[in-house]
Amino acid sequence: MSVTEQQKIAYVSAQAADARINFELETEGMTLSIGPQHPATHGTLRVLVRLDGEQVVWADPIPGYMHRGYEKLCEVRDYAQVTTLINRIDWLGSFANEVPFILAAEELMGIEAPPRAQYIRTVLFEMARIANLTLFLGDMGVQLGAITPVFYAFRDREYVLNLIEGATGGRFHPNFDRIGGLKDDLPKGWIDETKVVMRRIRRFCDEIDDLLVGNRIFENRCRGIGVIPRDIALEYGLSGANARASGIDFDIRRDEDSPLAWKHADWKVWTHPDGDSFARFWLRQQEVRESTKIVEQLLDGLPAGPIRAKTPARIRVPKGEVWMHTENPLGEMGYYVVSDGSPGGPFRCKIRTPSFSNVSIVPWLLRGVLVPDVITILASLYFILGDIDR
Amino acid sequence: MSSADDAPGLMVTEAPAETGAPEIGPPSPRHGEIVDALAAELGDGFLAHHYSAHDAWVRVAPTSWRQAGRICQEKLGLNYFCFIAGLDWQLAPDLGAEKRWDPDAEATEDPGDGPGNWSTGVAGGDTRFGVFARLYDVIRHVGLTLKTDAGDSAPRAESWVPLFRGADWHEREAWEMYGIEFDGHPGLRHLYLPGEFEGFPLRKDFPLLAREVKPWPGLVNVEGLPGEEGDEGEEAAES
Amino acid sequence: MLVAGTFLGIHAAYWNETVLKVVLILSLALAVAGAFVQVYLFKMVSHLQSRLGPMESGPHGSLQLMAEVLKFLQKEDTRPAKADRWVFGAAPFLVIMSTMLIYVVIPIGPRGVVANLDVGVLYALAVSSISVIAVLMAGWASANKYSLIGGLRAAGQLIAYELPLVLAVVGVVMQAGSLNLQQIVASQAHFKIFGVGGVGLFAIPQFAGLLIFVISSQAELTQTPFDMPVAESELVAGWMTEYTGFRFLIFFIGEFATAGGLAALAAILFLGGWWLPGMGAHWGQLAWAREGVGLAVMFAKVMLVGFLIFWVRFSFPRFREDQLQAFAWKFLIPLSLADILITGIAKVAVRA
Repeated sequence: MSVTEQQKIAYVSAQAADARINFELETEGMTLSIGPQHPATHGTLRVLVRLDGEQVVWADPIPGYMHRGYEKLCEVRDYAQVTTLINRIDWLGSFANEVPFILAAEELMGIEAPPRAQYIRTVLFEMARIANLTLFLGDMGVQLGAITPVFYAFRDREYVLNLIEGATGGRFHPNFDRIGGLKDDLPKGWIDETKVVMRRIRRFCDEIDDLLVGNRIFENRCRGIGVIPRDIALEYGLSGANARASGIDFDIRRDEDSPLAWKHADWKVWTHPDGDSFARFWLRQQEVRESTKIVEQLLDGLPAGPIRAKTPARIRVPKGEVWMHTENPLGEMGYYVVSDGSPGGPFRCKIRTPSFSNVSIVPWLLRGVLVPDVITILASLYFILGDIDR
Repeated sequence: MSSADDAPGLMVTEAPAETGAPEIGPPSPRHGEIVDALAAELGDGFLAHHYSAHDAWVRVAPTSWRQAGRICQEKLGLNYFCFIAGLDWQLAPDLGAEKRWDPDAEATEDPGDGPGNWSTGVAGGDTRFGVFARLYDVIRHVGLTLKTDAGDSAPRAESWVPLFRGADWHEREAWEMYGIEFDGHPGLRHLYLPGEFEGFPLRKDFPLLAREVKPWPGLVNVEGLPGEEGDEGEEAAES
Repeated sequence: MLVAGTFLGIHAAYWNETVLKVVLILSLALAVAGAFVQVYLFKMVSHLQSRLGPMESGPHGSLQLMAEVLKFLQKEDTRPAKADRWVFGAAPFLVIMSTMLIYVVIPIGPRGVVANLDVGVLYALAVSSISVIAVLMAGWASANKYSLIGGLRAAGQLIAYELPLVLAVVGVVMQAGSLNLQQIVASQAHFKIFGVGGVGLFAIPQFAGLLIFVISSQAELTQTPFDMPVAESELVAGWMTEYTGFRFLIFFIGEFATAGGLAALAAILFLGGWWLPGMGAHWGQLAWAREGVGLAVMFAKVMLVGFLIFWVRFSFPRFREDQLQAFAWKFLIPLSLADILITGIAKVAVRA
């Protein structure tokens, strides 16, 4: 039997096995399958919970409904094609997915992108962060029942997406980073428009302050819910806002000497000692504000020069291994690229995605919480399915 | 140390230090301290190390894998768990050595380069399968990549779940993708793949389904880049 | 049956009158529900969310309601295979029945009440709680775990919030001296605050009662911030998850008609109902106009209270179930008891 036949049979029998769970007559507690089709789980994540009344006894997230086999695909694509693929890992933080991979390839090849390219890369990276996190700010409201702030989030996010489209040609999947720099320079008038939009995003953050952060009901739903202590967060590899909300002062942009231009801007890393859902929400709101400041400062100090370094026409990355990670909107994203020196693509490309580690804490975190809090916790951890499942 | 007979297409060389490439020093003093402390603690279990401009690698023996993790976590401050993953050093048979390697390319000095010859990466390696992990120190901002060998046909490794709870999902994924059994893991079961999936997809001899359905056309001369000659083609974009 | 004259001044034979009254209740309930849905659910929410809302059907989307109703009517009538057939089918009709029964006692004009019961307030609040059973029926019979959770949450919530609803009204009843709704409107017409007549809305002395009543009716309607039973991001649609097509339409109408009914009760009890200053006197030849003006005033007040209900619905996140119960038992009920106490003391003191 060929591999495809085997896989087809295995798939069908697995579906039958899963279906059996739902038909069991249970007298002790109720097993509820939240997902894979559910309004709350940002995509096709299935969380199997066993409930005692409304309290969760155990929880088991079952990812993989969106597994696309990225690591296998990366082995049969060359570096330009991989760049197109990896845009789609965290599809909201568009440009941010490409950057660590391109930086890894550049390090292996020994190529340095010119300063103008590094600045613009950083600007686009931060705008991807803004696009991603503004959606989170609205979406957390929706998960909790406030259906209005999400519309304001989408309204203001459209401006950022239009800017990204104006610079790169794509709203969600720009595919703009190249080994050695960027594909194109910025269009005329883009910088002024961006500054206007950044002010607008800051006004949106103030609106969120009024509508959600200052709302008593929101606080009651979020404070003290899903507390993650510092050492547990480190053990699970929580990164990004989730880690900083537990008091871990960890931001790769500031801590590592990256070729990108973060060190040329004056900005602050926020942390919060509580580690609950409210802390994670509040922290991401502050991060959006900081990102707008970074963008404005970098655009003010944008150096002139070429947009791409001289690279050979056919990319051939020399043999070696490299680990490159960046502070993506969702957390720490990294690529471990093993190159075998051939003219094809990577030999092995391990993609470390933040949501994978962020969601691995869910079984530990959901014990003993109530069903509405499950939704709050899943919303505050903020994962993207493409990021978990790759 | 060579196990070339049970893994066709795999030739092993020693760690780069013996091939004559100049050895770089540690990128920062803290990196050097970490590697030295590990060498001191593990003794025979510490097999090789490698530095690059920004990073450090350490390869340990399979029997010292968990111990190395514990030392890093408890004594060296590397308590942020980044990931654990598997590696298959064999060349992919369906891609074929002749299709992946450019037969017109000049041979390089490194004897590990070229069709059929492949070294097992930085810090060396003895077997077809490897397990590698990354740990990080959030206070001193240094990271370390640890590697170990897992075996050739029935790969095994010690589980890090007693040290880092987050290793649970990572090891489940490494098991389902490579078949690496982790001793001490609470329950290895499928993470991404459906219930009764057979086979280990990321192994190099597991065919990519798309290539079964439609064979890979290989290098196709489409059109030269402006300024290049016409017969020096680029690889066709994947359709 | 007939009190002080005839219904809207129309003399008709007994069964003619019954038919007329039934038609009136149906159209009233549907009209109020329709007005709420079209104005608040389609347009107001859209404008609040800085978008336009439905614009295609009719000028500026005004016929969207018609389109929605027709859409629901022509849908396939599905039922989950494991659902309990008769219970599943009966639940929506029980809800709409309890809603229509509220409209029986609501006066829409000086002589426009279908049945002027002497226990009007008590009757209205009693029949509105029949829907609790209907919700439980829907939740259980759907053979769906989400519906079950939604139904059970609803049962707890609706029962908990019945108490503040009733207690808030007691203060008004004490001030009016009667349970009869027309009588309550009349007493507001004659009500004098510190000797000043014509501003006699019970909302002024009973502002706590009004607040508690509106909050409790928000909870009775399972609207945000009390919509845990129908939490859209958790339970998809709570007990209504498995209902589609015509059955869902009945639930939908029932929900908004109940909103209209409770808003009408609030308008009557606290805001003066169909009465405005100047409507007390006989209008002689223009008696029929008086009915029309009363209807318009009543409608305006119902829309006002409805605006409040829906504005809150679209703005706030939702309470968790235990926070919701704590809010009812630990805050609203003691507050309403205090309100009754103060009203009683004040009534005795002022009379003396």
